[in-house]
Amino acid sequence: MSRARHEPLAHLALAAAGETTGPDAGVTLQAAPYQPAVILRGESGNAAFLEAFRAGMGFDLPLAANHVNSHAGATALWLGPSEWLVQSTTGQAEHGRLAAALTGHRHAIIDHGDGQQIIRVSGPRARDVLSKLCPLDLEGPDLAPGRCARSILARCSILLHPLPGGGYHIHVGRSFADYVWRLLADAGLEFGVAIGGAG
Amino acid sequence: MLLLQCPWCGDRSEEEFACGGEGDIVRPLVPEELDDRAWGDYVFMRRNEKGIHFERWRHAHGCGRWFNVARSTVTHEILASYQVGDDRPELPE
Amino acid sequence: MRQAINRLAEGGRIDRTERLSFRFDDEIMYGHPGDTLASALLANGVRLVGRSFKYHRPRGLMAAGGEESNGLVRLRQGGRAEPNVRATEIVLFDGLVAESQNRWPSLRFDLGALNDRLSPLFPAGFYYKTFMWPANLWPSYEAVIRRMAGLGKAAKSGDPDRYEKKYAHCDVLVVGAGPAGLAAALWAGRTGARVILADEGTELGGALLGNGQQIDGRPGTAWVAGIEAELAKAANVRLLPRTTVGGYYDHNALTLLERVADHLSKPDQGQPRQRLWQVRAKQVVLATGALERPMVLANNDRPGVMGAGAVQTYINRYGVRPGRRAVLFTNNDSAYRVALDLAQAGVEVPAIVDLRAQAPLGWRAELDRFGIEVMADRAVLGVAGRNAVTGVQIGKLNAAGNGVVPGLARRIECDLLCLSGGWTPSLHLLSQSGARLRWDGTPGCFLPGEAHQAVRVVGAANGDFMLQDCLTLGAGAGKSAANDAGHQHRGRGPRKPVAAVEADPTPPRPIWSIPGPGRDGRKSGGKAFVDFQSDVTAADLRLAAREGYHSIEHVKRYTTVGMGTDQGRTSNINALGIVADALDVAIPQVGHTTFRPPFSPVTFGALAGGQTGPLLDPARRTPMHGWHQANGAVFEPVGQWHRPYYYPKAGEDMAAAVNRETLAARTSLGLMDATTLGKIDIRGPDAAEFLNRIYINGWKSLAVGGCRYGLMLGEDGMVFDDGVTARLAEDHFHMTTTTGNAAHVHDWLENWLQTEWPDLAVYCTSCTEQWAVAALCGPNARRLMASLCPGFDLSAEAFPHMTWQTVAIPGVLEGLEARIFRIGFTGELSFEINVPAGHGLALWEALMAAGEKYGITPFGTEAMHVLRAEVGFIIVGQETDGTTTPDDLGMGRMVSSKKDFLGKRSLSRSDTMRQDRPQLVGLLTDDPGHRVPEGAQLIAGNNPAPPQRGLGHVTSSYHSPNLDRTFALALLQGGRGRHGETIHIAYDGRAVPAQVTAPRFLDPGEAAK
Ligand SMILES: [Zn+2]
Repeated sequence: MSRARHEPLAHLALAAAGETTGPDAGVTLQAAPYQPAVILRGESGNAAFLEAFRAGMGFDLPLAANHVNSHAGATALWLGPSEWLVQSTTGQAEHGRLAAALTGHRHAIIDHGDGQQIIRVSGPRARDVLSKLCPLDLEGPDLAPGRCARSILARCSILLHPLPGGGYHIHVGRSFADYVWRLLADAGLEFGVAIGGAG
Repeated sequence: MLLLQCPWCGDRSEEEFACGGEGDIVRPLVPEELDDRAWGDYVFMRRNEKGIHFERWRHAHGCGRWFNVARSTVTHEILASYQVGDDRPELPE
Repeated sequence: MRQAINRLAEGGRIDRTERLSFRFDDEIMYGHPGDTLASALLANGVRLVGRSFKYHRPRGLMAAGGEESNGLVRLRQGGRAEPNVRATEIVLFDGLVAESQNRWPSLRFDLGALNDRLSPLFPAGFYYKTFMWPANLWPSYEAVIRRMAGLGKAAKSGDPDRYEKKYAHCDVLVVGAGPAGLAAALWAGRTGARVILADEGTELGGALLGNGQQIDGRPGTAWVAGIEAELAKAANVRLLPRTTVGGYYDHNALTLLERVADHLSKPDQGQPRQRLWQVRAKQVVLATGALERPMVLANNDRPGVMGAGAVQTYINRYGVRPGRRAVLFTNNDSAYRVALDLAQAGVEVPAIVDLRAQAPLGWRAELDRFGIEVMADRAVLGVAGRNAVTGVQIGKLNAAGNGVVPGLARRIECDLLCLSGGWTPSLHLLSQSGARLRWDGTPGCFLPGEAHQAVRVVGAANGDFMLQDCLTLGAGAGKSAANDAGHQHRGRGPRKPVAAVEADPTPPRPIWSIPGPGRDGRKSGGKAFVDFQSDVTAADLRLAAREGYHSIEHVKRYTTVGMGTDQGRTSNINALGIVADALDVAIPQVGHTTFRPPFSPVTFGALAGGQTGPLLDPARRTPMHGWHQANGAVFEPVGQWHRPYYYPKAGEDMAAAVNRETLAARTSLGLMDATTLGKIDIRGPDAAEFLNRIYINGWKSLAVGGCRYGLMLGEDGMVFDDGVTARLAEDHFHMTTTTGNAAHVHDWLENWLQTEWPDLAVYCTSCTEQWAVAALCGPNARRLMASLCPGFDLSAEAFPHMTWQTVAIPGVLEGLEARIFRIGFTGELSFEINVPAGHGLALWEALMAAGEKYGITPFGTEAMHVLRAEVGFIIVGQETDGTTTPDDLGMGRMVSSKKDFLGKRSLSRSDTMRQDRPQLVGLLTDDPGHRVPEGAQLIAGNNPAPPQRGLGHVTSSYHSPNLDRTFALALLQGGRGRHGETIHIAYDGRAVPAQVTAPRFLDPGEAAK
């Protein structure tokens, strides 16, 4: 009998959702469940590669720094001038579709779905919590909803993705998930922390 | 805490970067042809400039790119940031 | 119980309807909201608040703000106790407990005060002079000095409160919320710029809170309230009261200490006590004000000698009169208004003593009305009284100001002496920013010079002491700072505030040290203090000058002037003036000392912030971490990873557990979590060429499906990482690195790809987090694998050592395949099974279940270390230390002669070719039960007495149950030629004999194949 995928934060028993500490929860933390994701490597200056991506995925890879493009269940987040995180929002694996689209063009696809944990931080004080830990200018135009930026949270590397609907997705390496979760919960204590269901 | 300009990501805090020391040091194409002194100069000798220092940084917790910085070692003023492979920019005296 | 005998019936910014009780030493007293501890103590008639640092002289409050040098107390109790807090900065709360410091057994009766009587024994530099010889007595001197000197005592128990850090970004940071800072913030804020306004005080307003000045025809405090209301409403403005800007670093990075809950008895739930802000500002406006200097004169430290401006603040802001009968002594105009405020508050003011020949005329009528005598061209020469001022002696100075004109002495009884020695702009932050300061002789202070960062200085900090200038120039600076940050006013700016007209000032007469009242030209009449906190007198400074200290930086270190927690706020300029006079040079020639951050002391709590205890450092967990915990693993930090160290069973100590684990792996089956190894996906048509340049050995010949061990060198030829890399496809490799070095190796690879070899088409992408790795080893490893992967040919022929395959593991991985590498680190038959991390735990549990019949034993890093050392495998960072070449490790034969690679040329430098380099050897102590410590030095003879020539050191040392004895690895000079010799291992005064052997104690043999 095959076992289901083990979530990085399963040991925290977050199923006890809705539990709140503090007077009124100013911030809500949610551990997003596994989503297929890959790191895509390729050249921003390679028109054929870009066109092949577009033809296969139905949207353009974002070429401007810290931009995000999405279409039909897939999101591409800019990580570097030759590096993107291509994330499925439907649970459908993108690896095969991408690989097929990019055959013949210089690229690399590296599975990353198991390698990361996404933590959603939302609520009226979400930004105040992040600003205790992250040196980015969270109020600046570079971090408007729909952008993304790699940075650090305390001493952990993160990818920060302000969501169009409010709140943030914080992508952390799987091994850091427990530490980052506890860090956020601690930083939010002042405002009250709610633990949300799957985000 | 310096404010560095990643040529891709813009102004970011020093915490996101790793410093790679003096830049513009070209690896000899055929090291075997160098005598011990010349090879030692390449490996060990650095200018340690008082004044404008050309150095390399990597946006390690960002886009991952190495890039060049011209920084005054006296005032820490950053006079230029540019991509690897770009020519050194003209700097004010 | 004490009565608030000095509290005025009305006035001040305190709420007399509410009483707050507090305790100072053993006395319970009352104050009101709006008080500081200092103002409440003064209101209760407390004069004596502390003992001085060196002489233990009785001291009272001298200031009302951050320049207080005497009133340092220990605040709160238990884990919350904090030493050396300025009473003037402690906001009074109900139940506050504070203790005086630096006295024993009590404040009134202090044995240390003997130091004052013995003061000829404590001249400047007395540490250097007295305790130099004999050197072996220093420990006993030190013990006594440590007890006598120093300020308060730190808490011994843990601090229960929370602290945190916070990042912020703004267009304009305004430091100081006095008139100039408020005007700057208002004008900058109106442009829409992001503004932060920070001020040390609980209330905005700065000097306006205490000096009674008028703006726009109403009290300055009303103007402040109006501005504050507007700023508080503006979404783009952040007001930070109780926040000290303490550090000004590069690129307009500033640190701010916000005392979030220091004004409460304890923080609310979840609330931090203090918060350290790290602000990045496009523009900075410093409106940091100026501090009043005391006059340096005999016994100027007696309780009851205070700054004139401070006295004014106590009256106007706190409704407290610090005395009943006050004499003022000044060299500038500012004391005149203080005299009137004193008189209005009902304090008797017999005289203003003015050093200047011409006293200002502006206040004549009012002074006459209160009967205040102005004594121009006179000086206070000395102060009478010990635990409190009882009077002052007044005389006339000669024209040079360095002697007293005989026959004109006069004594006035008083209990309060107000000193105004002129104003020192607070330029600590500006100086920290890299700006120069320039001396201006007219006001007698340093003013801002050339700036190095985007900073403006306004108000008294800029030498603009007139209120109208503060308002006008402050507004202008706020506006231009916002403009430079890219924000413009839309429409008209705010209306310009107008201050009440002030008379033009009469220039001050700076005399740095007032000659004493002693007879016959003797200068002494008591100690004349320059630095009250460090107990440095004018005589100490003159002595230093006579002894040849001519630079102020040297004088500072010799006399300790300016080295207290106040960084010489009130003493720097007076000290400079006295040293310049003693050397007969101009002040700029003496220079000024360097201001270093922080401006005010910062608690360790705030510096540490929220990342303490379990949050101190990231604790990286593998997918199997929970299993390890549940099965009793003891963890060891490796880099940021927490790895199982060993798994003790009930009753087992570490040695027993490690022995059991080590034996199991050799005799049956062991399982280790190897997830933490760094993993880098390397792909591209030039991948093999790239690896050829990175590793010392060749990679082009490695077939797809093969694995190879590689060593990486720095360009200096020294080993910096190792690991096994597998060829997944013609253009695709899977590299592993050591656990602690993964990020560094990735940096290194990217460095060469991006900067030196951009022509190579290769992508390096970290995939450490994606894969969980279970390392299975032991003679039964193949049998176990066969049960998990039925039908898969695991024979040595089909799946040989140093190859890899993708394998289905039914029931564990559905629809996925594991990558299995036939590699290991123990010399046993091994399989390293890689699965996507989400399946790591399932894999581990499946292995444990299937391995039960073989007694499968999970082992930790310690057993792994023993196993690998038995077969002579090195660990980078243990057998290497950054000065170790492949040949030193006995791996010279790996070095490819057919290609260049990073560091190759260094291997043929004269030094790396030396025959007597430390080389890896094995060591077997003569006593097989003796385990030597790692790091112990190797020596030739059996006498460990120093001096010794070290021959190398022990790099690894273990007990091996497989060998049934201890063994060690070591780097020994010329070691490869010394097998069979006996050397000695020196530690703890012993020399332990050991035989040098080859660095391999077990042969993996065919079993591993
Ligand atoms: Zn970048």
